[in-house]
Amino acid sequence: MKVTIDNLTKKFGDVVGVEDLTLHIDDGEFVAFLGPSGCGKTTTLLTLAGIYRPTDGEIRFGERIVNQVQPKDRNIGMVFQSYALYPHMTVFQNIAYPLKLKRVAKNIQHERVQQVANVMGIGNLLDRRPGQLSGGQQQRVALGRALVKEPDILLFDEPLSNLDARLRLTMRGEIKHLQKDLGITSIYVTHDQVEAMTMADRIAVMNGGHLQAFDSPDELYSRPKTLFVAGFVGNPPMNFVSVDVSGSNGSYIAEADSLRLEVGQERGGPPAGYDGAVVMGIRPEDIQISENGNVSGEIFIVEPLGREDLIDVRVGPHSFLLLENTESQRQSGERVNLKFDMQKAQFFDPQTEKSLLWQ
Amino acid sequence: MSQQAEKREARSSRNALRSYLGAYGFMAPAGVLVVVFFLIPVAIILYLSVTNLASSNFTSNLAAMEYIGLRNYETLLNDQFARKIFFNTIFYVLFTLSIFNVSLALIVSLLTTHIDRGAGFVFRALWILPRITSPVVYILIWKRMMAEAPFGILNQFNNWLGMPTYNYIATNPWVFVVVVNGFIGLSFGMIIFTSAIESIPKDLLNASLVDGSSKLQRIRYVILPLIRWPLLFVFTYQTLSLLTSFVEIQLLTDGGPGLYRTEVWSLTAYHRALSNYFGNAQWGYGSAFAVLLVLIGVVLAVIYMRVFRFDELVAEPRVETL
Ligand SMILES: Nc1ncnc2c1ncn2[C@@H]1O[C@H](COP(=O)(O)OP(=O)(O)O)[C@@H](O)[C@H]1O
Ligand SMILES: [Mg+2]
Repeated sequence: MKVTIDNLTKKFGDVVGVEDLTLHIDDGEFVAFLGPSGCGKTTTLLTLAGIYRPTDGEIRFGERIVNQVQPKDRNIGMVFQSYALYPHMTVFQNIAYPLKLKRVAKNIQHERVQQVANVMGIGNLLDRRPGQLSGGQQQRVALGRALVKEPDILLFDEPLSNLDARLRLTMRGEIKHLQKDLGITSIYVTHDQVEAMTMADRIAVMNGGHLQAFDSPDELYSRPKTLFVAGFVGNPPMNFVSVDVSGSNGSYIAEADSLRLEVGQERGGPPAGYDGAVVMGIRPEDIQISENGNVSGEIFIVEPLGREDLIDVRVGPHSFLLLENTESQRQSGERVNLKFDMQKAQFFDPQTEKSLLWQ
Repeated sequence: MSQQAEKREARSSRNALRSYLGAYGFMAPAGVLVVVFFLIPVAIILYLSVTNLASSNFTSNLAAMEYIGLRNYETLLNDQFARKIFFNTIFYVLFTLSIFNVSLALIVSLLTTHIDRGAGFVFRALWILPRITSPVVYILIWKRMMAEAPFGILNQFNNWLGMPTYNYIATNPWVFVVVVNGFIGLSFGMIIFTSAIESIPKDLLNASLVDGSSKLQRIRYVILPLIRWPLLFVFTYQTLSLLTSFVEIQLLTDGGPGLYRTEVWSLTAYHRALSNYFGNAQWGYGSAFAVLLVLIGVVLAVIYMRVFRFDELVAEPRVETL
């Protein structure tokens, strides 16, 4: 089912939960809401679920305006971070609860619960109570309960953040697989950008109650439209440095103290037209230690990540993070030359924090 | 067993003993209170109930009191009013408990937790007033409200409207005994139920709505099962406290009007032993009433604990040793 959010605002008294949010989500799409804690993700989700009434704006499921529709009439399945399983009910009763409320016949309830439980791999746990299950099992029960009523829309509120790293990886794959299989329009709230990047068709990046960007993971990564998105998406994060860009006719120089970098027409033109210093962003993988690099710096610290080393190189007063193969065995204090792939550099207006390259 | 193992064993049993001592130490203050204010008075009353101590043969010397065996109990069982008083007590406890102390308390806490927080707080605060008002003042208010014309406030309205006036408390004494006590008793359950409802995780309540319940279905399938323990606790605790409470009845009707119309068991114990109602305070005979009341209370408490399986509801402590 298509979900249309137009100019949605939700306030709690004077506190802004989410403000002027506009999002159009396609049928069957998997959308992630990504943003730091307190940015309004849960508020948006609960407003979609009908728990909160919008202060302003409009929400449509398909063509139907649902602003005033009770949660029970929205046919939504939701998975909570805390799992929110009913502690006094068995696993069976938990999953059957939505069916019981719909007055589905007892024998059909049994059939459907068993079927969903088997898909979730918890068919042998139906007589247990939530308190007797591990976190991962509880999560599967919660998922089963959300799926059993065959919802039009699935809402996930940080469903994996209470699981250990390994299980999170497994569940990530399973949820994505299940969603593609069933084709249910899904909204997935997370503050973990890896989760959002790996699972979602499109990501809505939020900050301070406002939508920052709504794009595919790829676009967000390679063409961030705001400074916030550029800094929030990607791990390790993008390097930022304040530079002056000057030049003309396809050959530009980005300068900051001793740092001088040549930029081509495509990326250098727009910032050169800007009056004053701009913020340059460059991702760690776009900087290399190379003998024929033209920027010289000193290694400040080396952090082994296993597959790669995360290296912090100081160039004058500036610091750059980059990744390098562990085999090169870098030591702190070593002097190195850096090569910047300026075809990948980003430039932002320091006042509006908008990209100078993509609008 | 090697020497070392023996040593270890000795040390561990010493440790166990020490930790028990710690546990008893922590329970001691409560234990002392129970002994001083419950067990010793019960023992004294038990003794008094087998004597004929009264104001006519008063002595504070326990040895000088006249032992009369179970004669007081015989008199009690043959007392033509004992039966009426017994059923009065059951009527009073049952109605006050079921209508006010549990049902209305539950309804008030459900209503005030489903409306705006501030408004809910104000309503609950209003319901607490009867409890925090001194009983004498509280009963006086009721009496002034309900008194016969020209004193009663309600009867003033009847006068203005040209309707007949009534002595309400005299014509419907039971209604007022139950209502007056219920208004006080309600707040206890209300506070316990409200805090139990508010401590249910918000996610659970939201999940129920998303799963397709109405607010009423959510109360039935989620909220009520989750506050089962507080419900049973209030039920049990209030039965026992109603059984022994009589101050409000004493002030309102003093067991009347007429002979024993609203007299309850604990009030009789007081009347016989401590008031000069019959010109002679019969401490021995009154004690017999009190002893039977303690007995009924203990039996009821044991039955409740069995029926409601309190031991299952109470979680095992997480701390194993102190
Ligand atoms: N029920 C509420 N009452 C008042 N303020 C709230 C309520 N729920 C959320 N907020 C506020 O709204 C903002 C967004 O919260 P939330 O949507 O929970 O953020 P997120 O889920 O992204 O961490 C926060 O500032 C939070 O304090
Ligand atoms: Mg949240």
